[in-house]
Amino acid sequence: MNKMRKHKVEVAVVGAGPAGLAAAIEAASAGAKKVLIIDENTKAGGQLFKQIHKFFGSEAHLAGTRGIDIGAKLLKEVEKSRAEIWLETIVFAIYEDKKLAIINKAKGSRLIEAKKIIFATGASENVISFPGWTLPGVMGAGAAQTMVNLHRVLPGRSILMIGSGNVGLIVSYQLMQAGAEVVAVLEAMPKIGGYGVHASKIRRAGVSILTSHTIKQANGKDFVESATIIKLDEKGKPIPGTEKRLKVDTICLAVGLSPLAELAWMAGCKFEYIPELGGFVSLHNEDMETSVEDIYVAGDITGVEEENTAIDEGRLAGVSVAGSLGYLSSREANERKQIIRDRLKCLRMGPFGEVRQKAKEKIMKLWSNYHESRYKV
Amino acid sequence: MNQGIKYRGCPSREELENSPGYPSAERVNKGPVAVIECVEEIPCNPCEAACPYGAIKVGEPIINLPTLLENKCIGCGVCIAKCPGLAIFWVDLTYSKDEALVAIPYEYLPLPQPGERVEAVSREGKTITQGRIVKVDNRKRNDRTAVIYLAVKPEFAQEVRSVRVFPKRNS
Repeated sequence: MNKMRKHKVEVAVVGAGPAGLAAAIEAASAGAKKVLIIDENTKAGGQLFKQIHKFFGSEAHLAGTRGIDIGAKLLKEVEKSRAEIWLETIVFAIYEDKKLAIINKAKGSRLIEAKKIIFATGASENVISFPGWTLPGVMGAGAAQTMVNLHRVLPGRSILMIGSGNVGLIVSYQLMQAGAEVVAVLEAMPKIGGYGVHASKIRRAGVSILTSHTIKQANGKDFVESATIIKLDEKGKPIPGTEKRLKVDTICLAVGLSPLAELAWMAGCKFEYIPELGGFVSLHNEDMETSVEDIYVAGDITGVEEENTAIDEGRLAGVSVAGSLGYLSSREANERKQIIRDRLKCLRMGPFGEVRQKAKEKIMKLWSNYHESRYKV
Repeated sequence: MNQGIKYRGCPSREELENSPGYPSAERVNKGPVAVIECVEEIPCNPCEAACPYGAIKVGEPIINLPTLLENKCIGCGVCIAKCPGLAIFWVDLTYSKDEALVAIPYEYLPLPQPGERVEAVSREGKTITQGRIVKVDNRKRNDRTAVIYLAVKPEFAQEVRSVRVFPKRNS
């Protein structure tokens, strides 16, 4: 490790998705010098460039704008803010005193020394297993979305979507836009998971959404040739004799996401298991700072939500970091933070948002309990 | 069987009639008007800013359902392509003696062409009648959400919500 070349920055942001970009933009445009965004992919923007649909939210969140266009706008703002992006760069360790060990395809390895670190590493797709799930043709819904919208390759002609959350509904719609047929969307719960407006778009295109149904097995010799589905009773148990065979060549899994939090674990951040937010999430305070001083989190890493909440959490972390580095007066920082917090609160209202608002409040309560117990005299 | 958006994926008649964005039958009979089929409280408000006549109100908090001020709505149709949920339609029952005009946001290619006859499809995806494409509005302002204007028999105006234009794959 002592042979690694050092690189000093003020703020290191891990992850160039919506949360990371927003955090870097806020920190750098408030005056922080040397803001470095690190991402393992070949392009910045996280999942934004495959989101070809118009986003919800308020005017302040660029609602009504397509994800791809929000991505392009954020990248322009990054450029203007003078934050730097290193792509194809993997963070493989974090050491004490905020040192990140990275490896870059061209530059080789480096030890990044930062005054503040923001983890905005996002989430990864969950899978479920069933007989035949390893057959070619079974894939994550996000993977299918990457294929059609980024690489312009149709994963199959006839699709079975497992899961009716927003990902399942949106990807179904986009697969149809790309020319595939969606044979059905299955939902294990008795109700549709995602927004009704997304469901309505695919319903009027003729797609059935089968609630209280799951996949029993994928059939085929060398690849998926059909799927056997089965009805579930009110306790979620399969009802024998209700099996049906659907002729499909692709089975997409849209069964939730889990925070990608390895670095925060490695850094010693305190975690809590909160199923409403996708699993283990690191505790943070109102400023997005974790239980480890100077380490912040933003976006899906601290609770799987949406792009607009990710951007605002990123902004909040960026402003907090700039404030605590002295680039904003405390009054100025507090004012900016309050505006963002109020907006986040609005996004977490209503039948879909309320659960997340409560879970977020719990995270902050647990953070302050932990903080108090640690600093008790 | 359970009805409504959470179970069927499309709003029931009751949900529509109870939602503040859905115009009254009286207003619909008078002439062109926006039909907002937004029945679930989600954080979203671009429709409010889209209306040049102040006929759509969401207010604070933004999870409020949009309210259509039906006497302010002149039926200009600007809001149709602005709704990210593709949940705003438009109906003109005064279009002609035996046809009504329905406007539908549409994001599939190829786009239908004016004059083309198409299958007119319900909220549940069923073909319920035939229709004729009158106009396809794909101007820049719509940001790649085309608005198609479809002439149908008046009794289907509040039921038709999509069209089927592409040939079936196996035919």
